[in-house]
Amino acid sequence: MAADDVKMRVSGLDFYYGPKQALFGIGLQILTNRITALIGPSGCGKSTFLRTLNRMYETLPHARAEGEILFDNENLLAMDPVALRRRVGMVFQRPNPFPKSIFDNIAYGLRVNGTHRGAALQEKVEKSLRRAALWDEVKDQLHKSAYALSGGQQQRLCIARALAVDPEVLLLDEPCSALDPIATAKIEELLFSLQDQCTLTIVTHNMQQAARVADFTGFFLLGKLIEYNKTEVIFKTPAKKETEDYITGRFG
Amino acid sequence: MVRHFEEELDNLRNRLLEMSGLVEDSVYRSIQSLIEKDEEAAQQVLQNEAKINRMEIEIDELATSLLARVQPMATDLRFITAAMKINNDLERMGDISVNIVRRTLPLMREPLPKDLVDIPHMATLAQSMIRKSLDAFVRKDAELARSILTSDDVIDQLRDSVYEELIALMEKDSSTVRQCINLMFVARALERLADHATNIAEDVLFLVEGVEVRHHAEVRE
Repeated sequence: MAADDVKMRVSGLDFYYGPKQALFGIGLQILTNRITALIGPSGCGKSTFLRTLNRMYETLPHARAEGEILFDNENLLAMDPVALRRRVGMVFQRPNPFPKSIFDNIAYGLRVNGTHRGAALQEKVEKSLRRAALWDEVKDQLHKSAYALSGGQQQRLCIARALAVDPEVLLLDEPCSALDPIATAKIEELLFSLQDQCTLTIVTHNMQQAARVADFTGFFLLGKLIEYNKTEVIFKTPAKKETEDYITGRFG
Repeated sequence: MVRHFEEELDNLRNRLLEMSGLVEDSVYRSIQSLIEKDEEAAQQVLQNEAKINRMEIEIDELATSLLARVQPMATDLRFITAAMKINNDLERMGDISVNIVRRTLPLMREPLPKDLVDIPHMATLAQSMIRKSLDAFVRKDAELARSILTSDDVIDQLRDSVYEELIALMEKDSSTVRQCINLMFVARALERLADHATNIAEDVLFLVEGVEVRHHAEVRE
């Protein structure tokens, strides 16, 4: 692990929803250009943890994080949240395209940032759709509503939208749980292809998905990070009994 | 939570034990055919072989279908892969018993060139290693499995001393060559049986502890 670049270094992270503590002393390193999966039962804190990585929790009242997250050695918890979210994109469980055309969904963030216009904007939209492996399917209908797309296509559109602003990190919260196996396979292939340009962290309920796509896997239980290691180790020879019980379905 | 999958794993375990019973029987009888000149025992070994081969295929199919349907993880994954490897070792042990019998059938028709000392010793040791390796598998007993790894060296030494002794005998009296070569093959087969028992012990260690001990992997780490 030491030889790799660390993109995010989390240590002693506690998290509270008002008086209720949801995360307890989380510590892990997210490595640059690697895919990290977070698994665990519902309510274990994995999505809460994911949301600390771009401070999405700040949209909730009374939610607060304590501890340290270093993002490229900078204090993430003290950064400007808008600038942070430009660098750390997010894709959610249910595809959530804007009620706009396919083109405008991608162009939105670029226009807000004021970075691209005219031909450069067109080019960037095409590039983002290509990176999300959607271009061939939508190139002739860019001005149709995004809602006309299938669920799997909508999810790739959301990934393209997130990619358009060239994030360094992409957080994915159960991105395939509303998709069929074919759409899921396409998203997984996409994750592999994005890995060179982006650091990916994915929350998933699907253990086989974590086993297939992730380089590193963390297992959360009751707000604690029980075990974090190379994916192969977690699924072949986990060190902790809790991990073993969960991944073999003996849990409960 | 009791898992339905547990029953299927039990079924796989039981089939493997059934097969190991048959293989142990073949090994025992192949040795009896030499020591007691028991031709009936030799014939039984030949009969067991077809059944062992059938069971190997059935167990493989069972394990493959569990992999496909359940996509097991951790202990379950290690159990099924260990079962597949043990299955393969058992089948090879069945074959080796047949090889022994092919040598003991001609051997029993003439008087032996010498009294057997080291070969019965090897046979006892090999049988005990097989027994222990299978017990270690059933009980998931890492200590027992580890004890087998050291026995393998003893068997190798015994085989070497049998070879030396038989070569000396052949040099002294060329009329014993045919018998001595048959005995050498038996000694080699016994040593191979012990190797398979060692493989099983290594698989048990991987199953129980998740550590790789094959080919002295712990030295490389």
